[in-house]
Amino acid sequence: MASTQTHERSRLEDITTRLRLDIVRSTTEAGSGHPSSSLSMVELLTVLYFDGVLRHDPGRPDDPDRDRFILSKGHGAPGLYSVLAEAGYFPPEELLTLRKLGSPLEGHPNMNRLAGVEASTGSLGQGLSIGIGHALAARLDGRSYRVYVMTGDGEMEEGQVWEAVMFAGNHALDNLTLILDHNAYQQTGAVDDIEPLEPLEDKFRAFHWEARTIDGHDLDAVAEAYDWARRIEGKPQAIIARTVKGKGVSLLEKEPWKWHGKPLPKEEADKALAEIGGAA
Amino acid sequence: MSFGITRIELQEGPATRNAFGDALAEAGGRDERIVVLDGDVHNSTMTGAFMERFPQRSYNVGIAESNLIGIASGLAACGRIPVAASFSTFLLANAFDQIRMSVAFPNLNVKLVGSHAGISIGEDGPSQMAVEDIALATSLPGFTVVVPADGPSAKAATQAMLERSGPFFLRCGRPKVPVVYGNGAEFHLGKATQLRDGDDVTVIANGIMVAMALDAAEGLAEHGISTRVLDMHTVKPLDTAAVERAANETRGIVVAEEHLCWGGLGAAVSMVVAERHPTRMAFVNLGDTYATSGKPDELLAQFGLTPDAIIDAARRVLKD
Repeated sequence: MASTQTHERSRLEDITTRLRLDIVRSTTEAGSGHPSSSLSMVELLTVLYFDGVLRHDPGRPDDPDRDRFILSKGHGAPGLYSVLAEAGYFPPEELLTLRKLGSPLEGHPNMNRLAGVEASTGSLGQGLSIGIGHALAARLDGRSYRVYVMTGDGEMEEGQVWEAVMFAGNHALDNLTLILDHNAYQQTGAVDDIEPLEPLEDKFRAFHWEARTIDGHDLDAVAEAYDWARRIEGKPQAIIARTVKGKGVSLLEKEPWKWHGKPLPKEEADKALAEIGGAA
Repeated sequence: MSFGITRIELQEGPATRNAFGDALAEAGGRDERIVVLDGDVHNSTMTGAFMERFPQRSYNVGIAESNLIGIASGLAACGRIPVAASFSTFLLANAFDQIRMSVAFPNLNVKLVGSHAGISIGEDGPSQMAVEDIALATSLPGFTVVVPADGPSAKAATQAMLERSGPFFLRCGRPKVPVVYGNGAEFHLGKATQLRDGDDVTVIANGIMVAMALDAAEGLAEHGISTRVLDMHTVKPLDTAAVERAANETRGIVVAEEHLCWGGLGAAVSMVVAERHPTRMAFVNLGDTYATSGKPDELLAQFGLTPDAIIDAARRVLKD
């Protein structure tokens, strides 16, 4: 048993390594994009997609019963694309077409050009409302799928997010889980210096949600949080994941306010790939 | 209200918002996919009849238009036909980015219905008056934009909206309006309805300006001027063939609408005329200014939306 767990753990760790390599490579190749915002979500998405949480089939992306993942923080597109390639939605070599003319891997996700993308996002604050639409449709249609929406922390400054939080709580949408990638930095500085969010759990609870805070880079804690969310009845759930912007690349981690929306230059990217490790 | 109409007799009919509400409730019985989302104004937008009959498919999302549009987007992505309703300005102006990003860009089957458009709402004043909504809606790729003139055509437009796939904006008004589709005129989405033929000048109008255009045509006839009247209910996609024929077969075109001068029907018609058959044109609209509070008829008179304003415009067009 213990060895199975160890093996499973190391399989997931290998995936996080591959995703990080893909994020750095694809954004450096593109010459633009948001690697640091993508790196902070890696463990959250690894467990969601590759540890049996999200029920989905890359061969049937339109299956009406599939679980939904909506990336509301659309600038995390390189992270989402790396996950979708790893899951088999498209060949991994296409990751290097990121942001290039003709590629469906646009700068921000376009649901009509890439299977597996549930919503076209990039203008912040809109994904949770869209997720509510999917969650209500599940109720109306008698389907049991779940809806996962990921927002950034700076994104919580958008008023629409709180309209959606109020609605989801009042309508007891327990098939809806918000994953908050709380990497602490927005474009020009620390969220705490710009528009502090605390007390976040209390805010969600006041709107009739369940909320818990986890270490968003601890695979076990993330898996446990998804289990917790699925067991809750009668309320939507917020997983506030404390993460590190640029996680895995020390240059990005050190001064996150300098790197938002900036790819690593070629030389720095080579160092980052070595630092992330794994087979190239 | 009289709408300044003195030369012709038109039967008074329901407000376009009421005709929409009735047609929506009817359609709800036929199509299970229809879901109504209203921003807590269902007794103004008239989605209330649907909500009463189909409570399980109705959501009063509160005064939260951005969220309303996002929810509609998600429902549409799951195969539902969401009808998102509020005052036209709160829908289009308040939630424009949500409409752009969550509806237009992904080209989802969301039906936007705005009531209380234009200055004919009267006393509530400029904050409630949608006078930029056509500019906003027509600017969005893939959108169909319709401004019905009366009850019968608003009902037909509602049915057409629910049967057509793709993003749609239906603009309705608050006051009761005269019936102009009383004599067997048929409404076809995307096709101008010729309500009167003539060969001197063409008046292209929509919404409440259609009845005024018919009255103006009668007034022009008294001066020996023969006027064609087109109800251009569908602003987008525009019936370019009807515009081209009018430019070709009459000596000039007047465009009349209850909207600011920028980005409305006048602008849309002008593009076609300029490219296909340049001719003289004149415009009857709200210009480049906001209105005030007042009685609807008083406002229409003060801000130049009257049959006489259309007559003056036609004479300017025909002047050598």
